[in-house]
Amino acid sequence: MRTTSTAAIALSIGLIATSASAAELVIESWRNDDITIWQDTILPAFHAQHPDIQVTFQPTAPAEYNAALNAKLDGGTAGDIITCRPFDASLEMFKRGHLVDLTGMEELGNFPETALAAWSTDDGSQTFCVPMASVIHGFMYNKDAFAELGLEVPTTEEEFFAVLDAIKAGGSYEPLAMGTADQWEAATMGYTNIGPNYWQGEEGRKALIAGEAKLTDEAYVAPFRTIARWADYLPSGFEAQSYPDSQNLFTLGRAAIYPTGSWEISPFQRDAFFEMGAFKPPVPNAGDPCFISDHVDIGMGINKASPNQEAARTFVEWVGSAEFAELYSNALPGFFSLSSHPITLEDPLAQEFIDWRNECSSSIRLAHQILSRGTPNLWNDMWVTSANVVNGVVTPEEAGAHLQEGLASWYAPQQN
Amino acid sequence: MQHARAAARRKPFPWHVVVFLAPAVLIYTAVMIYPLAETLRLSFFDRTDEGARFWVGLVNFERLFLDPHWADQFWNALANNFYFFVVHMAVQNPIGVLLAALLSMTHLPGRTFYRTAIFVPAMLSVVIIGFAWKLILSPIWGVSETLLGLVGLDFLFGPWLGKEGSALTTLALISVWQYVGIPMMLIYAALLAIPEDISEAADLDGVRGMALFFKVKLPLIWPTIGIISILTFIGNFNAFDLIYAVQGALAGPNFSTDILGTFLYRTFFGHQLELGDPHMGATIATAMFLIILVGVMAYLWGVQRRMRRYQF
Amino acid sequence: MNRARRSLTAEAAAHAILIAYTIIALFPVVLILINSFKDRRAIFQAPMAPPTPESLSLIGYATVLEQGNFALYFMNSLTVTVLALVLVLLLGAMAAFALAEYRFFGNALMGLYLAIGIMIPIRLGTVGILEMMVATGLVNTRTALVLVYTANGLPLCVFILSEFMRNVSKDLKDAARIDGLSEYTIFFRIVLPLVRPAMATVAVFTMIPIWNDLWFPLILAPGEAVKTITLGTQVFIGQFVTNWNAVLAGLALAILPVLALYLVFSRQLIRGITSGAVK
Repeated sequence: MRTTSTAAIALSIGLIATSASAAELVIESWRNDDITIWQDTILPAFHAQHPDIQVTFQPTAPAEYNAALNAKLDGGTAGDIITCRPFDASLEMFKRGHLVDLTGMEELGNFPETALAAWSTDDGSQTFCVPMASVIHGFMYNKDAFAELGLEVPTTEEEFFAVLDAIKAGGSYEPLAMGTADQWEAATMGYTNIGPNYWQGEEGRKALIAGEAKLTDEAYVAPFRTIARWADYLPSGFEAQSYPDSQNLFTLGRAAIYPTGSWEISPFQRDAFFEMGAFKPPVPNAGDPCFISDHVDIGMGINKASPNQEAARTFVEWVGSAEFAELYSNALPGFFSLSSHPITLEDPLAQEFIDWRNECSSSIRLAHQILSRGTPNLWNDMWVTSANVVNGVVTPEEAGAHLQEGLASWYAPQQN
Repeated sequence: MQHARAAARRKPFPWHVVVFLAPAVLIYTAVMIYPLAETLRLSFFDRTDEGARFWVGLVNFERLFLDPHWADQFWNALANNFYFFVVHMAVQNPIGVLLAALLSMTHLPGRTFYRTAIFVPAMLSVVIIGFAWKLILSPIWGVSETLLGLVGLDFLFGPWLGKEGSALTTLALISVWQYVGIPMMLIYAALLAIPEDISEAADLDGVRGMALFFKVKLPLIWPTIGIISILTFIGNFNAFDLIYAVQGALAGPNFSTDILGTFLYRTFFGHQLELGDPHMGATIATAMFLIILVGVMAYLWGVQRRMRRYQF
Repeated sequence: MNRARRSLTAEAAAHAILIAYTIIALFPVVLILINSFKDRRAIFQAPMAPPTPESLSLIGYATVLEQGNFALYFMNSLTVTVLALVLVLLLGAMAAFALAEYRFFGNALMGLYLAIGIMIPIRLGTVGILEMMVATGLVNTRTALVLVYTANGLPLCVFILSEFMRNVSKDLKDAARIDGLSEYTIFFRIVLPLVRPAMATVAVFTMIPIWNDLWFPLILAPGEAVKTITLGTQVFIGQFVTNWNAVLAGLALAILPVLALYLVFSRQLIRGITSGAVK
């Protein structure tokens, strides 16, 4: 930090005489949690190969990222490399001419179609960001607590609730660590975490886009019904429980199960005092095929206004390489490279998550592609509605009806 | 004034007026009015997917007031904003008056300490305030529950910030807590400004204690309370940071703490997958501007004029 | 003579109320400070207990000092706030004087024009402001922030000060004019000292939002070298959201300098606000 600041001071008063060949790149990102890993692990590896390019990782708080980035792009002050949110947020930047068209870049061949779809135009003809990573949802549990209570990892919904009942009866742990104060937990860790098992993953997601299914259908209401039942197992006062509260409840050993995203793996392994395990979302009935929320989350593109196009391209090509995939996945266990290269993970818990890809079908979050393009915004609605369902202020059926009404109000395929 | 006019008649051009006004007007116009006018202008435009802007007249306003999706949010935010303001008026001003009155008691030992301490929260940023209060009110930490338990009231505790019925009130009270030092200080100054002989005269008439305060001093500080009220009104209708810091841009639960500032922010800059809509944002901003304008005008032409008459 | 009649019970009641409110005002600050010195388990298990030898931990501060640049952030905030404050008070008082003192064509209109800024959040002009700062090369400088805060602070300053200046005795100014003093001298030597209490009020109203602003530092000056303390704290909390030791230590470090500064200047501040009254 200190060296960065000194460099920045020197830069701002124009004291550093940079040689003509050295290019300076700035990465815009919302991953402020990862700043030390970028500074200490990822960027040094790049600098070793390209000593003529200096890269700085400059994250903004996640909540402000989109707004701040758009303002900076409009004002021409954004960094050279843009970390891309999936789907429409980045598509819009591309359409407005802020992102360089990467179509035809050799490294894009290293990624499967599903990964590229998140950063391509609707017809798939142009791609504007290199896919970096996805996050996988599921549940983490306190192995000590399970052993103490003699519990087995649940695989069906029935077993899941039986486990919750047993923990509740045991009395020494909160069964589930989740709150609804921040709303997105209910949507991301709740509804779209368990939902793919009900709507058959990609099939159900694409059916909504095609207008062949409605959010009032049983497949989309049933997961609401399940998370509504969670309320009995959440800590008292969960309505005002924030995300850090939930994290602390679990890592301090006061709660036994934590609905999670894989990005929590490394901070939790640092903070928890006990051994953690993970299990995938339980299926409704024994023998059902399983689906997981394996959500494309991060990509990287080039700011069209950057004066260092060549250097920026070199960097983004490196991000698409097998070397980066291996480096990144292991430096940040829980962010799984989207690359088709086989990667070995050193972290057993992360390996557990990624193994689910072999047993279950992957699916991305329900609202992310196309469906959150209009007003009212489906993903925002899903946050608020999921929290409302868990809080018990709307019924699962009302929740489905509300979401469907909002979607149908602007999305043509849903209007018949 | 007559002299000034006479001076103006003698001199060909009052350069000093220009010198006094110009720096402020220039900076203000260039850095504030021009960018704001740009924004307000946007409320009459929309744009295509490629970002090309086109004129739409009043269509955005029609959407804001008539399209159920927008209108529901707008009226909800407006109603919440009024409630937010009413809580401030009903709690902040009486507490401010009470504290100021106590502080102005002659020769009260320790009043410098009280004055200093009570003003501290006003100096802190919402980043700090928001974090501290979330922590205090958190059902997980149990700070409030324990404190209520000390006086046997722990049964009253609830996840206030998470309940639709209580979240907004809680936030308004946090805001009052933060800023009460300001009205306290202004009223305190006004109370000290009341000439001693007025109190003495009242004393001779047998008016003292509570009666002295309510019958003599309070009427004299109405103008100060008036200024505080209008500043509170403007502040509340521009408020954003505290709710954003504590409840996020979606102002949960279920939009029960959404005020115009958060509604505007969400619309203007977007939220998660929702892209910012500068044109609808600008429309909301224009509506806010008009609401505040009406409030200020009402104050200037109604309340303040009457007070002036009362004052002299 | 008043003192003799003042009942002791009334004073005791006054103290009780004031002490109660002081506790309410300071409690959150104290809570952050005591917990910043405790280890993570103790923070969660006994948030209200002061640090004991067993629970004492400075790990949060170690993280902050290693990762954050709080001294630099603090100096940035101080520079920006003080410069903006001086400009607002000086330019605002001059404009207010012109409006209150002279009758000229468009006076009322000018007053209204300057008042518009009170009613509309400057945040709405962000894109326009940013474009302007880019064009003038002021992005990532403290100057950009000073300009924005000055522009934003002027309307309220003019609004309040012109009200007060209208009440300044005409005899004083007329006497000065007869003595042949220039309008500038009248402003600086006679009027300004008389409206000092109002200026102190304006200073408080102007200073607090500048010090606490998060938005413009984020957009106009996010660079490490020019980061303000509020932005620095916010970024820090964002980075260490699960690390409560670091968060609490960061918050404590953001609070302490403000508190120290405030304690040093509070006498002057309060004297300023009340000086018109206490003769």
